[in-house]
Amino acid sequence: MSNDVFVWIEQHDSIAWEALGAARNVAGQLGGSVVALVLGADVRSLADEAIHRGAESALLADDPTLADYRLEPYAAVIARLAQEQQPAALLMGASSNGLELAAYVAAKLGVGLAQDCTGLSAENGRLQATRPVLVGNLVAQIEFGNVRPQMATVRRRVFAAPEADAARSGEVTPVAAVLAEADIPTKVQGLSAGGGQVSLTDANVIVSGGRGVGGPDGFAPVQELADTLGGALGASRVAVDSGWIPYAHQVGQTGKTVQPDLYIACGISGAIQHLAGMKTSKVIVAINKDPDAPIFRVAQYGIVGDLFEIVPALTREFKARLEK
Amino acid sequence: MKIVVLMKQTPDTAQLSASMDGLQLMAGGPRIINPWDEYAIEEGLKLREAHGGSVTLLCLGDPAAAEALKRGLAMGADEAVLLSDPAFDGGDTLATARALAAAIRKLGDVDLVIAGRSSIDGGNHATAVQTAALLDVPQLSYVAAITAVDPAAQTITVERAIDTGRQTVSSRLPAVMSVVKEINEPRYPSFMQIRKAAKKEIPVWGPAELGLDAGQVGAAGSQVSWPVVELPPARDAQVEIIGGTPDEAAKTLVDRLLAEKII
Ligand SMILES: Cc1cc2nc3c(=O)[nH]c(=O)nc-3n(C[C@H](O)[C@H](O)[C@H](O)COP(=O)(O)OP(=O)(O)OC[C@H]3O[C@@H](n4cnc5c(N)ncnc54)[C@H](O)[C@@H]3O)c2cc1C
Ligand SMILES: Nc1ncnc2c1ncn2[C@@H]1O[C@H](COP(=O)(O)O)[C@@H](O)[C@H]1O
Repeated sequence: MSNDVFVWIEQHDSIAWEALGAARNVAGQLGGSVVALVLGADVRSLADEAIHRGAESALLADDPTLADYRLEPYAAVIARLAQEQQPAALLMGASSNGLELAAYVAAKLGVGLAQDCTGLSAENGRLQATRPVLVGNLVAQIEFGNVRPQMATVRRRVFAAPEADAARSGEVTPVAAVLAEADIPTKVQGLSAGGGQVSLTDANVIVSGGRGVGGPDGFAPVQELADTLGGALGASRVAVDSGWIPYAHQVGQTGKTVQPDLYIACGISGAIQHLAGMKTSKVIVAINKDPDAPIFRVAQYGIVGDLFEIVPALTREFKARLEK
Repeated sequence: MKIVVLMKQTPDTAQLSASMDGLQLMAGGPRIINPWDEYAIEEGLKLREAHGGSVTLLCLGDPAAAEALKRGLAMGADEAVLLSDPAFDGGDTLATARALAAAIRKLGDVDLVIAGRSSIDGGNHATAVQTAALLDVPQLSYVAAITAVDPAAQTITVERAIDTGRQTVSSRLPAVMSVVKEINEPRYPSFMQIRKAAKKEIPVWGPAELGLDAGQVGAAGSQVSWPVVELPPARDAQVEIIGGTPDEAAKTLVDRLLAEKII
């Protein structure tokens, strides 16, 4: 048994470093060290980066069967390492893969799990987590029992990713894969990017349109503003249900939960189900012709008026200012 | 195909308003089938229509959750089983999955278990995955389309909507899958179907029927608890309404955002 904190370093997703940041905090409070779990094929450089970003050591499972993330072979390696080394805590990022992997490993180990946490600390040797429930309409404090490791996944864009420092060093220990290819029940046949998540959950800036854009063409100025800011395009459910824009763009209770630095809502009234998906954005700007629209109650800045005049004016102004 | 659908009864978040906050809704507000689980029911019905077999609904909840099961029966499911006993109270996802997995074993010879993406109250994205882990069968999460299923050969191919895009995966059956909203459009039950479902017997199983000890389920069988559930801190935003012509307003807003280093 140790006070160490294991953290899974997901490939191709910056959420891995946010999870590592959370792990460093928790390890400090537990008086243990951070051990990075790196799985993949030819991923030694990822283990080095984990150490540069503050892991004390790394366990590296480098094997062709682990090239791409798959639930069963990844879970088998992580569950075995956790059983052998008995860390105090095991953390992951709450990506689509991380949520699934954490749940599966927790079940195999018979341990407690708090998913999608927005707060995480350790006191008296136990994790304490804060997580949104009822799609963000309530917040729960989670307490853990005695069984270890205590597991949690951290919500995207909540925990700071530590900077890399190439001067840091640490031990990288190779470990073996557990499942042979023939024992893995699923086969990945392909991946088509796009039609996925339109990187909404990763975006620093989101510009969203609602019923007020009036139709599919009404999204053009909204898209142009998003492009100008290097941001992603969001939408309310009404705009999606009307067929103006694909579901992948929907923000809210039945769409995505987002937390950008800047969320600009254009022609969106601010129904509670929409707010559930975006109200924890750092800065919210509302553009709406109705001064009483509820969206103004969660916004820092509001402009009352026609979005078809204001959004293009904003695009022009940003273009002029950002070029300088 | 013998299909089991995992469905939860949850508060109806469409009822949230200025006069009903999250705490009031949780305490005694109207309840519905977890919206994501309607897609799971619909997909089960479509598979039965295409390949024959049966759809059994499975829900762990208090006695009132039978209402949600009746709604699912009215949509067209064949049977429903309610797991309900005071011993199940306060269970974490793993304790719940333990009961669900035991019930699926008891039902026997299940080819496919279908669940929703997540519950709108717990939001754990965990119960279905953990059920698969306990049953030791493959898990397919975030399924947006079933592209092929062969009940005789016991194989299935699906498209999964994950953060990086759409992944095509094939698996053997039996398996557990959880579905996202894009997969289908759930049907509405007719008045006649609702009346017929209202009369249907729904067996209720407790730990004893599942061969589990009271200590393996509910709060006693759980490793996490949630002693404090509260309203999120109010956003301290005091909106600043920016006036002027569109060009003036745009300039003021961009000034502010650049000064605050938001951009
Ligand atoms: C169970 C459930 C789940 C739901 N899940 C979601 C979800 O995930 N996401 C979501 O978004 N919604 C969701 N909804 C729907 C939600 O309740 C609202 O219906 C929806 O968010 C409203 O979209 P809207 O703001 O675009 O449209 P509206 O409420 O119609 O608002 C349009 C706004 O645009 C303004 N406007 C119109 N023209 C202009 C113009 N030219 N310039 C400026 N302003 C203009 C109007 O003043 C108005 O305020 C859900 C509902 C239910 C019941
Ligand atoms: N009490 C329950 N009874 C039956 N199914 C459940 C229950 N809780 C969760 N599920 C299923 O598991 C899915 C994920 O729930 P969750 O892990 O709470 O996000 C739901 O969409 C349901 O299909």
